[in-house]
Amino acid sequence: MNALELRNVTKRFGEVVANNKVNLSVEAGEILAILGENGSGKTTLMNMISGIYYPDEGEIFVNGEPVTISSPKDAFDYKIGMIHQHFKLVDVFTATENIVLGIDDGKHFNLKEAAKKTAEISEKYGFDIDPKKKVYTMSVSEKQTVEIVKVLYRGADILILDEPTAVLTPQETEKLFNVLRKMKEDGKSIIIITHKMHEVLSVSDRVAILRRGEYINTVKTSETNEAELTEMMVGKKISLNINRSEPVDPVDRLVVKDLNLINSDGVKVLNDINFAARSGEILGIAGIAGSGQRELLESIAGLISPNSGEISYNDPKTEEIVNLREKTPVQIRDLGVRLSFVPEDRLGMGLVGNMDIVDNMMLRSYKKGNSIFLDRQPPKDLAETIIEDLEVVTPGPTTPVRRLSGGNVQKVLVGREIAAAPTVLMAAYPVRGLDINSSYTIYNLLNEQKENGVAVIFVGEDLDVLLELCDRILVIGSGRVTGIVDGRTTTKEEVGLLMTKMDGGNENG
Amino acid sequence: MEMIAQFIYRSILQGTPLLYGATGEILTEKSGNLNLGIPGIMYVGAISGVIGGFFYQTNSDYIDPFLAVLIPLLCCLLGSLLVSLLYCFLTVTLRANQNVTGLAITTFGVGFGNFFGGSLIKILDSDVPYLALVKIAKAYKTTPDFASDLGPIGTIFFSYGFMVYLAIIIAVIASVVLKRTKVGLHLRAVGENPATADAAGINVNRYKYVATCLGGMIAGLGGLFYVMDYSNGIWSNNGFGDRGWLAIAIVIFVIWKPSLAIPGSYFFGALYILFNYINVPMTYIPIIQMLPYVVTIFVLVATSVRKKRENQPPQALGLSYFREER
Amino acid sequence: MAKVKQHTREPLFHITKRTEVPLKSSVLVRTIAIVLALIVCGIVTKLFTGDNPISIYKTIIHGAIGSGRFLVTIHELALLLCVSLAVTPAFRMKFWNIGAEGQVLIGCLSTAMCMFYLGGKVPEGLLILIMTCMAILAGAIWGVIPAFFKANWGTNETLFTLMMNYVAIQLIEYFLKIADKSGSNVVGPNLLSHGWFPRLFGQNYILNILIVVVITVLIYIYLNFTKHGYEISVVGESENTARYIGINVKKVVIRTMALSGAICGIAGLLLVGGSSHSIDSNLADGRGFTAIMVSWLAKFNPITMVLTALLIVFLERGADEVSSMFGLNADFAEILTGIILFFIIGCEFFINYKINFTHKKTEEVKEGK
Repeated sequence: MNALELRNVTKRFGEVVANNKVNLSVEAGEILAILGENGSGKTTLMNMISGIYYPDEGEIFVNGEPVTISSPKDAFDYKIGMIHQHFKLVDVFTATENIVLGIDDGKHFNLKEAAKKTAEISEKYGFDIDPKKKVYTMSVSEKQTVEIVKVLYRGADILILDEPTAVLTPQETEKLFNVLRKMKEDGKSIIIITHKMHEVLSVSDRVAILRRGEYINTVKTSETNEAELTEMMVGKKISLNINRSEPVDPVDRLVVKDLNLINSDGVKVLNDINFAARSGEILGIAGIAGSGQRELLESIAGLISPNSGEISYNDPKTEEIVNLREKTPVQIRDLGVRLSFVPEDRLGMGLVGNMDIVDNMMLRSYKKGNSIFLDRQPPKDLAETIIEDLEVVTPGPTTPVRRLSGGNVQKVLVGREIAAAPTVLMAAYPVRGLDINSSYTIYNLLNEQKENGVAVIFVGEDLDVLLELCDRILVIGSGRVTGIVDGRTTTKEEVGLLMTKMDGGNENG
Repeated sequence: MEMIAQFIYRSILQGTPLLYGATGEILTEKSGNLNLGIPGIMYVGAISGVIGGFFYQTNSDYIDPFLAVLIPLLCCLLGSLLVSLLYCFLTVTLRANQNVTGLAITTFGVGFGNFFGGSLIKILDSDVPYLALVKIAKAYKTTPDFASDLGPIGTIFFSYGFMVYLAIIIAVIASVVLKRTKVGLHLRAVGENPATADAAGINVNRYKYVATCLGGMIAGLGGLFYVMDYSNGIWSNNGFGDRGWLAIAIVIFVIWKPSLAIPGSYFFGALYILFNYINVPMTYIPIIQMLPYVVTIFVLVATSVRKKRENQPPQALGLSYFREER
Repeated sequence: MAKVKQHTREPLFHITKRTEVPLKSSVLVRTIAIVLALIVCGIVTKLFTGDNPISIYKTIIHGAIGSGRFLVTIHELALLLCVSLAVTPAFRMKFWNIGAEGQVLIGCLSTAMCMFYLGGKVPEGLLILIMTCMAILAGAIWGVIPAFFKANWGTNETLFTLMMNYVAIQLIEYFLKIADKSGSNVVGPNLLSHGWFPRLFGQNYILNILIVVVITVLIYIYLNFTKHGYEISVVGESENTARYIGINVKKVVIRTMALSGAICGIAGLLLVGGSSHSIDSNLADGRGFTAIMVSWLAKFNPITMVLTALLIVFLERGADEVSSMFGLNADFAEILTGIILFFIIGCEFFINYKINFTHKKTEEVKEGK
């Protein structure tokens, strides 16, 4: 009998279908891996099992019985526990305090006993956990352990882990997998969301594949291989008919050498990154979300300072080489480097939602001139130009950008960044959440820039787009460059394999 | 020796309203509500008690000590509860800005206290000349008989009305509840990280309401103590002064720990009256009275510079919680 | 196909944040709130005075703008507006400065000290100039101290600025003890006899009012049309964006608090040099706190602030009249102010949030991942 079974589960967010008639089952004593690209609906699906979302259609069965799960508490009652990608822990509490938080079993509150029970669970599955340690002093993997114990403490029989290895080192990952195997022997059902192929192969019994919200198939891990799984995950190539011209006289405009970055959690998010972005060329960056793309672009833009390495910029006028590392955005601009950056977080970073289009136009240029007053004429002209040229749907240039639709917000942002006549243009997920027409507007803008001799760096998630738009594609995995391939000759499978490859050399393409 | 005993005695009397206020505010802040209305709530608590006592004293010929204590006490709790509920409704249910709401509550509460303090007799057309609840105060100030026989020891430990001891008991209970019980753990989680508490199945709004209302009622008792015990039942407008703000200062000074609030409040009380006991020129009295605030600023700066996580204000202090903004 | 399941414990209603607030409805909600508040105020007043409501409102209006009172009311408005303008730049930056009271008082103190120590020793014109500079400087310093710690170590500014108020009060007390050996609680015009602002058009207060008018215009321009004002808005809206465009957040925080404090200092100057010619520790009279509410009610817009400040001053002056007429305590005004504030604070919810009742089949709201 299946410990958990989903039948025809569908979830929509407005127009978007996040999950369409998904079927899934997991038995007791089994590890099921869920494999899929970014945005394939894995997390949404799991959130429905753990009571955060409620499905629009379909049924959920626990131990063969149909159930209704409408809150996390319901999920706990059915012995389902989820370990979220973003930990839900109180920093100033100890491990034990976090573990017992919210439990209302009517029993006397006794932290000592709880600590003892925690220790028992830890010993049973081989966790390494200090019940008295405060969460804020813990490493990421320790925090994750606390989350897992928290779920076990509540007696969960079905555990869902959302991208548990994203933040772990290979050694920690191996340790986690050993724990998972022990739990499996203990008769627990485990669902693990991941997109790292070797992990799927090493830990799971069966694999369910999702693609763009659709359920594709479930296969036995022992009867499949990497190539087959990749093909199911990325699908057949779809032709998009994006124009792609041949690069003219490419020169290395921006060269990144041995770039390393360690984040505040002590995780190495960028690991010896080497590549060159060339003028008149679109360099695509492919990779699973959170593999270091954001950190890479922010390092180049001067928003975060890397621990070591070089970022050198070749000035097209003077042919001087300038090192951009450890320069602030203002210093970079003062050096005469025309670097434009379309960040992933449009309304949280690239634009100010409550300001109107005109005021957003001058975010990067308001300082120009010696006057203490703002000159709103140029941004106003620019706003009107962009509204007209890019067909931004808005009541007028004085409308706050937060009232615009996603596509129009992006047109405003990209329009502004391009208006600065950049020599390097970085765009992070510029078509995320956009409809087809808006997406093509953005592709055309990027192509125009490329034809003007700009070195374009395009971070994308849709492999079909990357394959048709980019001249070269840099694949990044866990903060490392796993390959740089030619956009014209490579295949989806090749890029897909590189994305899920754990470690690879730094091949310069 | 006698003078030192007197000094300690006066310090504790001065410190007791502060202790009530600080304990109440700590409970409130632990739930993530920065209730700047506490000074106003203390006024409301005081005047509510006075109104209740006034009715009892003027309408009955015989003053039963038990009722004389109970009636003002219940009125005080009711008054502070209603104002605290208003604060909760605005900040928790309607998610209004806590600073603005708190200041409005203080404006209202201080005005409410002074208005009734100054106009109660007029409104009721009473024939008493001024608002003095001497008989009721006597009930509040009842001390054990043996206190006077014990010399300085008696003065320091046994010569107070019951509300001084009650303040200590409440602070100790608050400390135990926060540190050692499930409810305390849940409350702290709400103030630190309401989203996590919510995900763990804790009713965030209920905790905020209960903690803030209880906190307000405890603080209100501080106002009551001030009128009934410290001022012998005689109300004077603005007599309570800035003690409410001083109570908020103590919360920072004792880094959100009710157990430390007991010595902390007495220490501030001592600083308040120190000039009476040391030989300084009149001129320097304000400088001595400035000390509590300077010391508080120093503690605030020191804790933020040292960044020891346990000593920081609750992380979600001053922010309203809205689940969909997770 | 599976049947759609009914939610078992679906709540009666569901609250979502509005993304768009049409101007019309926000004005409407606020107007309703103020009208309701005035009705409640009327009822409360009736309870205590027994007078009929129409006559109460008449008394209020008379108290606020009746003969001989108009100029005083406008002057009160000017003073409250000045402090409200002062706290505004910091609030736009989301720096919760509740220390305006102290910043005003320290401005009062430095003005009074100049008048006391330099009065008669330097020409009047020069004295007023020195007073002005010192008041601005003192206020700015009082504002910068908490800002410095906030910018560098994240010290909680609300609590810090609150404490600074009481330090300022005690400093004034100290000055009172030194300046007036009689032990009085106030140093009056006889000791501060120099450096009085000139009377314009034969009236007191005119200069004060003009100065505040100028400050209002300047602050409006500063916030909306200068680079500094723009930086304040960006920092207040999103520190991430500020980082993205290379704004030095620390510098902006400190600079803005210096400005806030400086204007508070000017308010102190106007209080001592321009109207009372005396100093005591209660001179700011809670304006530093009321100003926070005035500024917030006006959504930090200097022009709207004239109206919100007027509302508060109008009520206070009117309630004063009511209470003196019926022999009630003057604090009656605070109760009415409180009631008005509660209504306006509460009504914001209905402007910013939408209540969806479930029976209409609400649309799912997409939550962030």
